[in-house]
Amino acid sequence: MSEKAISLHYEIDGNNFTVAGQASSSIKKVLKQLGVAPEVIRKVAISMYEGEINTIIHGKGGVADVTISSESIIIVFKDNGPGIPDIEKAMQSGFSTASDEARELGFGAGMGLPNMKKYSDNMTIESEVGKGTTVTLTVNLQ
Amino acid sequence: MNSNQQYYHSVRLDTDKCKGCINCIKGCPTEAIRVRDGKAKIIKERCIDCGECIRSCPYQAKSAVTERLDDIFNYRYKIAIPAPTLYGQFNNLKDINLILTGLKYLGFDDVYEVAKATEIITDYTKKLLKEGKLQRPVINSACPAVIRLITVRFPNLINNILPVISPMEAAAKVARKEAVRKTGLRPSEIGVFFISPCAAKATSVRSPLGTLAPLVDGVLSIKEVYLKLLPILGKIEKVEDLSTCAFAGVRWAGAGGEADALGIEKYVAVDGIDNVVKLLEEVEDDEKLDVDFIEALGCTGGCVGGPLTVENTFVAKTKIKKLAETLKRKGQRPVVIPLSEEELRWDTPITYRNVLNLDDDILVAMQKMETMQDIYEKLPHLDCGSCGAPSCKALSEDIVRGYSTETDCIYKLREKVRELARQMVELEEEMPGSFKSDNREY
Repeated sequence: MSEKAISLHYEIDGNNFTVAGQASSSIKKVLKQLGVAPEVIRKVAISMYEGEINTIIHGKGGVADVTISSESIIIVFKDNGPGIPDIEKAMQSGFSTASDEARELGFGAGMGLPNMKKYSDNMTIESEVGKGTTVTLTVNLQ
Repeated sequence: MNSNQQYYHSVRLDTDKCKGCINCIKGCPTEAIRVRDGKAKIIKERCIDCGECIRSCPYQAKSAVTERLDDIFNYRYKIAIPAPTLYGQFNNLKDINLILTGLKYLGFDDVYEVAKATEIITDYTKKLLKEGKLQRPVINSACPAVIRLITVRFPNLINNILPVISPMEAAAKVARKEAVRKTGLRPSEIGVFFISPCAAKATSVRSPLGTLAPLVDGVLSIKEVYLKLLPILGKIEKVEDLSTCAFAGVRWAGAGGEADALGIEKYVAVDGIDNVVKLLEEVEDDEKLDVDFIEALGCTGGCVGGPLTVENTFVAKTKIKKLAETLKRKGQRPVVIPLSEEELRWDTPITYRNVLNLDDDILVAMQKMETMQDIYEKLPHLDCGSCGAPSCKALSEDIVRGYSTETDCIYKLREKVRELARQMVELEEEMPGSFKSDNREY
């Protein structure tokens, strides 16, 4: 059943914060056109948005590839940024590399990766310091 | 396609005036308009009655169907419930009573101000927000275009909408109740008419959201009432003391008025349908958005920017501000809530309508999506609108749905014509021997 798949590719510009959310908006429309349930759309939307922001802020830009099959939605964020030295630590709720000033402004609450994990059914992170990070999210369709 | 009855819309097209230009299709926030056979056609299930097309049409071919002043005489007892926006249409208005008395001169037996009803809604909303049981951020329910937008575009925000009737509906309930008590007439003998800046309100009167039965008997446009009031205002001999509203209610006419009245700290007030769309996209995506209340209004400037108004939005905004300041000095009369909580709450849940899905079977939908992507790649991505659809994406969707063909794109058509011309030249060279020369000597 799962052989048919829709592939979508998004370039995420690391120098332009105003584009954050564009990929998410686009994917939401596609999912509505496919008749996907609102609860699933919500999970994808939040994961996608957090991923976009992470890719801009931490990854200095990158790409997102989305594959939609009749069983799941797989989102792969890939960047060539600095990489994550300690993935376990990065996954902790509230862990943030942002300065106190940035936090004051509402950034770097340390919920980006934890939220992506919370709203997806599976998440894997591959990262190499100095090379970049690949985050793969799966949201089941049902 | 669904029946007309299920999707009543107040927006109408005057086909004689419509030139088939593409101004309206470009501005429609739900891509609900196509130009077909030289005329603009509304896709009923997508239209949210925001009135953008009424505003954007350079030929005044679009209008909202409303009742006419004569229609009020079908009722034994006639009540006008004016939107506060009406007060912003007049120059140097110092006393709202002048307008309200004028309405009685036009034939109404009584008036009840929607600005007064906003106080009831504000009080009840404050209580609900304090209880903290509503899904954050709470989105206001006063703008019917925004509610309709959410039902077709933001399924995950439906539960964020304040489940409370609008000030117009609250005003209608109170006015009818009081009139029954005062006159002894049956509720059906009483006609309650909203004097409206808003096309979507004209729709919600026939096809309400959140309430099972319509609460208002008709909608009159501010445009019509303004023209009828003007010649009367100078002739009023005795101005009656009818106005009971306070400054906070008057300010609801402009964007931010509802949020100001609530007096909460963490709120966002957004106006203009495109801005509303952008904000709601973010609300849907951003888990961490720290906001308690969103006041979203479809028209730029709020209700003063409604398509059925007369005065320039920004001029009206200033006038409302001035009037509110005058009222502030007078102080506020106490709010009496003549409606129970049950009467203030929606009695019918609002549900998501997916108007975008390509097919009920996801595998078929995916097949169509793939075809759509292929078609889109071949289109010029100019979004010129000449095909009658608002964008190349929308055209590719229309083609997949079977409503359009690739040659509806004039660039595609030109390519085809060129190809045809090339083939003709080629064929010309393929003339039989009897028509051309060769190198031989004869």
